[in-house]
Amino acid sequence: MTMISEEHKKEKLGFEETELRLGLPGGGGIINGDLVKNTNANGKRGYTQTVDLKLNLALKETEKGENLQKEKNLISCSNDSVKPSPKAQVVGWPPVRSFRKNIVAVQKSSSEEGGGGATTFVKVSMDGAPYLRKVDLNMYKSYQDLYGALGKMFSSFTMGKCDSQGVMDFMNESKLMDLLNGSDFVPTYEDKDGDWMLVGDVPWEMFVGSCKRLRIMKGTEAIGLAPRAMEKCKNRS
Amino acid sequence: MAYSFPEEVLEYVFAFLSYDKDRNAVSLVCKSWYEIERCCRRRIFIGNCYAVSPQIVIRRFPEVRAVKIKGKPHFADFNLVPEGWGAYVYPWISAMARSYPWLEEIKLKRMVVTDESLELISKSFKNFKILVLSSCEGFTTDGLASIAANCRNLRELDLGESEVEDLSGHWLSHFPDNFTSLVSLNMSCLGSEVSFSALERLVLRCPNLRTLRLNRAVPVEKLPSLLRGAPKLVEFGTGAYSAEIQTDIFSNLVEAFSGCKQLKRLSGFWDAVPAYLPAMYCVCSRITSLNLSYATVQSPDLVELISQCPNLKCLWVLDHIEDAGLKVLSSYCKDLQELRVFPSDPYGAEPNVSLTEEGLVTVSAGCPKLQSVLYFCRQMSNAALITIARNRPNLIRFRLCIIDPQAPDYLTLDPLDTGFGAIVEHCKELRRLSLSGLLTDRVFEYIGTHAKKLEMLSIAFAGDSDLGLHHVLSGCESLRKLEIMDCPFGDKALLANAAKLETMRSLWMSSCSVSYGACKLLAQKMPKLNVEVIDERGHPDLRPETCPVEKLYIYRTVSGPRVDKPDFVWTMDEDAVLRLS
Repeated sequence: MTMISEEHKKEKLGFEETELRLGLPGGGGIINGDLVKNTNANGKRGYTQTVDLKLNLALKETEKGENLQKEKNLISCSNDSVKPSPKAQVVGWPPVRSFRKNIVAVQKSSSEEGGGGATTFVKVSMDGAPYLRKVDLNMYKSYQDLYGALGKMFSSFTMGKCDSQGVMDFMNESKLMDLLNGSDFVPTYEDKDGDWMLVGDVPWEMFVGSCKRLRIMKGTEAIGLAPRAMEKCKNRS
Repeated sequence: MAYSFPEEVLEYVFAFLSYDKDRNAVSLVCKSWYEIERCCRRRIFIGNCYAVSPQIVIRRFPEVRAVKIKGKPHFADFNLVPEGWGAYVYPWISAMARSYPWLEEIKLKRMVVTDESLELISKSFKNFKILVLSSCEGFTTDGLASIAANCRNLRELDLGESEVEDLSGHWLSHFPDNFTSLVSLNMSCLGSEVSFSALERLVLRCPNLRTLRLNRAVPVEKLPSLLRGAPKLVEFGTGAYSAEIQTDIFSNLVEAFSGCKQLKRLSGFWDAVPAYLPAMYCVCSRITSLNLSYATVQSPDLVELISQCPNLKCLWVLDHIEDAGLKVLSSYCKDLQELRVFPSDPYGAEPNVSLTEEGLVTVSAGCPKLQSVLYFCRQMSNAALITIARNRPNLIRFRLCIIDPQAPDYLTLDPLDTGFGAIVEHCKELRRLSLSGLLTDRVFEYIGTHAKKLEMLSIAFAGDSDLGLHHVLSGCESLRKLEIMDCPFGDKALLANAAKLETMRSLWMSSCSVSYGACKLLAQKMPKLNVEVIDERGHPDLRPETCPVEKLYIYRTVSGPRVDKPDFVWTMDEDAVLRLS
């Protein structure tokens, strides 16, 4: 690693000629830390596996020979102690197209519980919005998570207060209302059988497995769905 | 003494020029050549639909018969471009409907195509022949029904890998009974079942059918009747290639395949069951292209099949083939030009198959004509890359994806700089390169120094500093497309190489360190670029200027800022540009 010649080169390139003088990104202001979970201060999405961070630090040292053994130890330790997080956390990596992702997934889904981690992109439309969005259901762990994300995505479109008491009561009961408090929009989804259901009906994992697409409907249109959902609830309890 | 040929003679001569580059060169010779050329150009290619407007195109080229337009940046394939970003084809169709009544061919890639657009196409161009929709979205099978019903002279309908809202399979039945001109049909991306009798009748009445790629819903027992109905097929894609093995189905299939003496390319094979693969053996000796990337059969069965295809030029396969299978490939298929190995389990933490760098090394050694590689694997070494580079200096496309980001050389734990360095040093004709693994700024130094013919570069999780980006932008003379995700590249290299960006089609940077302030500055410096910031956190003004933007897409354009942006995309310095234009 010839650090010296790199410095020399930097001078030659005349970076000082660049007009803009900016501090390191992230030094000035931090964005909402909790918002997009993949973004951190310097714009890099932390591929936050301990394994990788340790490896990078180790390799920056000049004498790699000394560190080889250390690194090997790090790797073996890390493999044992740190269960690699599902790769699907990073959007866009690995660069595999959606229609290629599910080829083996179908065979695996019955045998594995939490190891798959394939992405599950579904389209989300909102009544009245000019275009639809896509979300990866595997990025969220609960309905609350999902609602938070949807709320931020569609926040420019929500308006008005809910006036449909029946629907509100049902939703309040489940306490999943960050997006929908104060609006008359109701999230619904189309399941594998082609039926439209209210979101929140079934356990989260079951929902992720059966949801084909999401639609945030006006409350008035969703009234027809509520009774069925209520029935299912009653049958279960 | 100056003299010139009559226009008609020049036009006749220009007709022999099919490459855009040649035609562009011709139009620069003098004004009269420019005028003659523009009036007789029949084919246009628009690499970025926002680089130019339909009006400008139509004004310059009034006699176009074939258009090819590309929309979204490549990383849209991996869900990095949010829905609603743009690339709507409707404005193009609407403008062309008015000005190109004789348009015959439309090929689109990564564009949003609505049913309305498809209907307009079907009704506006009386001699319409070819529709290719590659990785497009936004339309339903209703749109396809319009095409089927109204395009009387349709020859080719290719839906590529588009995302189609599949309302029903009924669209196919809209081809009229007297419609016989079909040469090529690719509906492999569709989900629902089409009426089989309609499909069969269509195949039987189209004597020129050369390409037929079915969708997964067509069962294997239906294949024989289709193959028998189209014995001149050159390219065939099966549906789901599985069923309980029944001798009569199997023997029908063998007989049907053997009737297709011109069959050269095969694809499909969803859910393939090994027992049915031998049905194809009779055509294997002629096969030049095999797409088994949906077939989860294991290595021994793949090997059995591949070893019977000595004329294979192109193989797409899952990593089930393993190193052992690639070894067989390298010894039997000496004509191989293109190899793509896809991951069967991209998100698994542990490898599920025995496919390593060795397989690729073996193929590079055994296949002298190999020029195009896409390879997903879980380990790589500098030694292997150096060997590959030395074996195959004729490589044109080299896309390597080591699944674990920043994975080092697994033998030495070094970065893979020298390995990729060897690739660009030895493969002097390299046009496309995708990097992966642990990489420092050094690899970019090698690339900038050696990759003089490189046109497209894809980078992820690589580099240490702006120096890396600077090497690429200042060194790669032929660079047209650069796409970067999750690299520590910031403002300096971008601003220092601003002029370079005007010589390229586009630059994509996501999850890097380019600040909002730098984006604005760049736009000020380079008014012929659209500097688009994509940020789903809200307007960048809400955050400090030093804050890095989420995503950045920069492209050259002659038509100014685009007017169809969604609310999470901003064109930097838009007002200034509008004032200037």
